[in-house]
Amino acid sequence: MTTTGSSSLMGNPDDAGRFGRFGGRYVPETLVPACAELEDAFRQAWDDPIFRSEFDELLHRYAGRPSGLTECKNLSSQLGFRVFLKREDLNHTGSHKINNVLGQTLLAKRMGKTRIVAETGAGQHGVATATAAAYFGQECVVYMGEVDIARQALNVYRMRLLGAEVRPALSGSRTLKDAVNEAMRDWVATVESTYYCLGSVMGPHPYPWMVREFHRVIGTEALSQCQEILDGDVPDVVVACVGGGSNAAGIFSGFVDTRAELVGVEPAGGAAVGRLVPGVVHGSMSFLMQDEFGQVQEAQSVSAGLDYPGVGPEHAHLAEIGRARYEPVTDTEVLNAFELLSRTEGIIPALEPAHGLAWMVKAKDELAGKTVLLNLSGRGDKDVAQVQAIRDGDPSALETVDFSSEANNTNGAQ
Amino acid sequence: MTAVGTLERHLRQRRDEGRKLLLPYITGGYPTDEWPRLIEGLAAAGADAIEIGIPFSDPVMDGPTIQESSTLALGAGISPVEILARLSEVEVDVPLIAMTYYNICFRMGHERFASALKEAGVSAAILPDLPLEELTPWAEAADQAGIETVLLAAPTAPDERLPRIAERARGFVYGVGLVGITGERDELASSAIEIAQRLKNVTDKPVLIGVGVSSPSQAVEVCSVADGVVVGSAVIRKIIDGSVDEAIDFVGSLRAGLDSI
Repeated sequence: MTTTGSSSLMGNPDDAGRFGRFGGRYVPETLVPACAELEDAFRQAWDDPIFRSEFDELLHRYAGRPSGLTECKNLSSQLGFRVFLKREDLNHTGSHKINNVLGQTLLAKRMGKTRIVAETGAGQHGVATATAAAYFGQECVVYMGEVDIARQALNVYRMRLLGAEVRPALSGSRTLKDAVNEAMRDWVATVESTYYCLGSVMGPHPYPWMVREFHRVIGTEALSQCQEILDGDVPDVVVACVGGGSNAAGIFSGFVDTRAELVGVEPAGGAAVGRLVPGVVHGSMSFLMQDEFGQVQEAQSVSAGLDYPGVGPEHAHLAEIGRARYEPVTDTEVLNAFELLSRTEGIIPALEPAHGLAWMVKAKDELAGKTVLLNLSGRGDKDVAQVQAIRDGDPSALETVDFSSEANNTNGAQ
Repeated sequence: MTAVGTLERHLRQRRDEGRKLLLPYITGGYPTDEWPRLIEGLAAAGADAIEIGIPFSDPVMDGPTIQESSTLALGAGISPVEILARLSEVEVDVPLIAMTYYNICFRMGHERFASALKEAGVSAAILPDLPLEELTPWAEAADQAGIETVLLAAPTAPDERLPRIAERARGFVYGVGLVGITGERDELASSAIEIAQRLKNVTDKPVLIGVGVSSPSQAVEVCSVADGVVVGSAVIRKIIDGSVDEAIDFVGSLRAGLDSI
């Protein structure tokens, strides 16, 4: 178990829940006492050795942790740098999301809340929440954008199979952002009995901090696994995809105080950090895609899990202080990376971490000779049908890219 | 002691004359072209002040009715700047209050937003996602510009919090009538009268109750304790299902109800 020193660059936020100028608690007055109650409950639980051992036990016996670290020899020789994958795809439910969900539902149980609400984009957080709610015998309602329900039908069925009620978010872009709106509206109306299990390092204080702490296990494990293989050294670069940014926060937390460079990869159509415009939505101040008047814009991405116009406030802070950099990739680059990892290593990644790999392919000259760790945050089963449809429906999208050729280095995201 | 602003002075005076206060809400930009006339009609129908929503893309405190009017207004291309420009041309003898979400204000900048409200003839602002703990940067700019910041007080607030909210509120204290989002309800929640009483116990500022106050009889019921009501979704519903004139008539019926007390 890692203790979080206050000297860490990813330590505790201040009392107002700020990471630098980002974060805070911008919620309707109705929710202020609930956020304060949650913060108190989390502080006490996280300081309680019994809670910590229950959580560790769940991660081990139920989620299957620790997750492995895989060296990709074929991919490494093709790209010209050494590639390691942190295998969050091998967790129960198929992604890193289960870490946070087990922490929060265990906390909900401790707080005596019997009803769980959650939002979901790709469906991974929804499936993980439905899973944990089934395990703990909690009532579960998952809000999901109508558009996402259509493109992630399998995960919708999974959630229903697990006993959750899936409610469509019908307003706005009908994607993840709108699912968050609906979940917050539900919480505003049911706050006395309901626990809001937020799925990323976003939202009002204490969520960005708490969710990162529940995912810290990714970074803690990866650091010691890397050190074991690399004779005590760390990778030169740690890469993770960023929508809200929970898997990135988890793995970055293990390396932020080392020499490793940290790279978050955003979809070009949802690059909140890339645009560097601060704003407030869903409870915190961060970078936010918005128009000149402050209306939140709709993110565009092939990956439902990254289809979010904001980003967790700690990522905005890490970008602002220059400790992490954030790079965009296009949908086409992502689809190519999805196929590349499948063919070279026999691992079908989720479209979300395929963003990280897409950047690595694009940056292969810069990365030549280095050691790079990618957080493989989820498996791609949920995306196979969608990618097949894209490829079948639009043969021109199927770019046969020879990644060993210098000629394709300009395959960029402008 | 901060000087009492235009809105609070106006509401106090009317309350102290024994009148129950009526504050209808409309969505700026909805219905397109008719909404400035709607404001004038509501004032004539007996509103004591009028709340004008500046639509935001992600209104988490609002239920389906106000989401719908906001979406329609945004879809027609209305901007905060245009709403304020049109408001400055509206001729009414009651105070106007702008309601929007914090990012609209933050994006424009606190000082600019406050002075833009002032220039448009708006007296006060309501920012439902800006609680006490995050209020200071905006509230200082608003005080400086002479814009009164109305604060919400919810049924979930512990007793120690209410006096702090009431103390910092300008214009009036907006008691949230139920645990939930805006929208029409068949019956008044018991929490509406409870929060009104809890607020009356800690402040002599005007206490108005909104969220879930949908009919003349509900307005009368809650005004057994409260100084007045804010009615939003029920007004918008009249426009969606009917017309601007039906909404004006509805506000007239609210006025008649309150005057019968």
